[in-house]
Amino acid sequence: MNAIPDLPGFPDPVPDSQAAFRAILWAQSHPGAIVTPAPALIVPAPLPVAAGALLLTLADADTTLWLAPGFAPARDWLRFHTGAPEAPLSRADFVLAEQLPALETLGTGSDDSPHDGASLILPVAALGEGTRCRLSGPGIDGTGDFAATLPPGFAAFWAANHALFPRGVDVFLCAGSRLAALPRSVTLEVL
Amino acid sequence: MLARADAARIAAALPPPGKRPHARRLRGPETGLLMLRGRMGGTGAPFNLGETTVTRCTLRLDDGLVGHATILGRDADHAELAAFADALLQHPDFAAPLAETLIAPLAAAQAEARAAIAARAAATRVAFFTLQTMRG
Amino acid sequence: MAYVAVKGGERAIDAAHAWRAEARRGDPAIPALSTGQIAGQLGRAVERVMAEASLHDPELAALAIRQAEGDLIEAAFLLRAFRTTLPRFGAALPLETGRMAVRRRISAIFKDVPGGQILGPTTDYTHRLLDFSLLDDPPPPPAPRAEDPPGPMPRVATLLEAEGLLRPEPPGEAPPFDITREPLAHPAPRDARLQGLARGDEGFLLGMGYSTQRGYGGSHPFAGEIRMGAVTVEIIPDELGFPIDIGEIVLTECQMVNQFHGSRTEPASFTAGYGLAFGQADRRAMAMALLDRAMQAAELGEAVTAPAQNPEFVLAHADNIEATGFVEHLKLPHYVDFQSEAEAVRRLRAAARAEAAE
Repeated sequence: MNAIPDLPGFPDPVPDSQAAFRAILWAQSHPGAIVTPAPALIVPAPLPVAAGALLLTLADADTTLWLAPGFAPARDWLRFHTGAPEAPLSRADFVLAEQLPALETLGTGSDDSPHDGASLILPVAALGEGTRCRLSGPGIDGTGDFAATLPPGFAAFWAANHALFPRGVDVFLCAGSRLAALPRSVTLEVL
Repeated sequence: MLARADAARIAAALPPPGKRPHARRLRGPETGLLMLRGRMGGTGAPFNLGETTVTRCTLRLDDGLVGHATILGRDADHAELAAFADALLQHPDFAAPLAETLIAPLAAAQAEARAAIAARAAATRVAFFTLQTMRG
Repeated sequence: MAYVAVKGGERAIDAAHAWRAEARRGDPAIPALSTGQIAGQLGRAVERVMAEASLHDPELAALAIRQAEGDLIEAAFLLRAFRTTLPRFGAALPLETGRMAVRRRISAIFKDVPGGQILGPTTDYTHRLLDFSLLDDPPPPPAPRAEDPPGPMPRVATLLEAEGLLRPEPPGEAPPFDITREPLAHPAPRDARLQGLARGDEGFLLGMGYSTQRGYGGSHPFAGEIRMGAVTVEIIPDELGFPIDIGEIVLTECQMVNQFHGSRTEPASFTAGYGLAFGQADRRAMAMALLDRAMQAAELGEAVTAPAQNPEFVLAHADNIEATGFVEHLKLPHYVDFQSEAEAVRRLRAAARAEAAE
């Protein structure tokens, strides 16, 4: 049994989740672009608002979730509003991490079903500043500049992840209510 | 019992606005699907029969009591009113009167409807002994 | 697949749809059908659409029937498509048909079945004569009521199991296979087969079930028990942790009892096929039960010789929405494919002519 949380989900679920979906789709199809999927959403601390919006929009009873211990205060809220059951790290569809996990601990799909690779939601202090990177790949005309306060070891993590393509994980970096996506198809070079 | 009632009946039995606690929606009312399962042979392991539409609502009264309802079908008002009634039925000031004005009549009406169907079914029961008597 | 997009037909298509809409409504001097009338007075059609759409919602099924002008396969298609727009909240607890509020319960194998034979609202014993009084459809007199409540109605299967005459159902609580979530691989497990049959086209189920009676994989069926009535739907919401009653639905279930000759390791006994359907649906439940039993052939060590015993064949062709999609797609333009084939045939004919001339 899970407790009933104090907070509601999206204030106006249908249009809010559609708008958030549209924003997340934009972020994924324009790697490195910064979007704000749900500016008005109130989420339980310490969950980043963007991470809450993403999970309300994409997670449901058919997807599984792994929560880092630090996000335990958001567990009931996520469970109640998404219906997503929890799963061990290696089998979770959505991984809400505090620190960068080792790539081998995540589900990266199979060559038959690369879409089974996990979506890794990683809170960062800031987007648009911090480590400067150059991105290239599908969705980017030539190359694109990108900056975020990336965790230590991210460049090596990303190189290994990209090398697995079409397998691998997709990353969502969340800073407060803002979010940027790094699909596994993208190459990232730290400047 | 609330799930089997209709929205108008619940609405009529609730205290009027102004004389009842304020409620805030926590989730829904929202319509979705529920997979219905049967059992192989009626008693064995489950299998998926097909889905049904359901509508659910959870709300919280200002004093913290939480009401929940899930109903078959797509009537959002019914789900919300049932959730509200569920919360009031846990409330010390409202539980007893509501049990009298809503739950007792609902129970009676639903029992009556069930009995009416059972009585029709009973009338279609085959009485083979009549045939045997005629033969004998 | 093998059709190509062709532009230029938009105006014709708009006009065709407008004509269809006008024709659907019919003579405007005649009152329009309400969904309440359809749900209330064409219940068997509504139940069939719900079964084949795999979605229980009488009001929406009635709307689909009206929109499809009574084309029940098209209506099931509309409802199945609508189903994809909704999130799935989860699964109900298994429906306990043993606790059904029974409206009908008959056994063709025990005259004095404990609990009695309850015919329920049926036309089984009529002469199938058109009733011209229904042209005016006056309100019928109220159905008789009897006060003595029916006693407990143990399952016929349970009685047979107690005597060791029927192989009991293996118990289990594991979440079942879901053909709407996982691709079906063969040999399909029985839970997947039952799900496929439950949404199968009634005509297909009937024809295939009939084929088993006519000798194509026959196994001497008896209608052990058919019951129909309301069953409570219960869920355990995550946040409550205990089961709640969310309403009831009417179901028909059928237990077929079939001969099994036994084997070196097992004495002769009966085996069972099971059917379960939304609403009052003897025919669907019985045909499903025949096919469920026929498809157990391989597991029971019987020779698999007939189409009805082949789960891959039955399940791949039972879904009328898939079937109608593939059959009716042949109407769409195949101009390029056909031209390439026609080209090939012309070439072959020219070559044959040239050869003959030599």
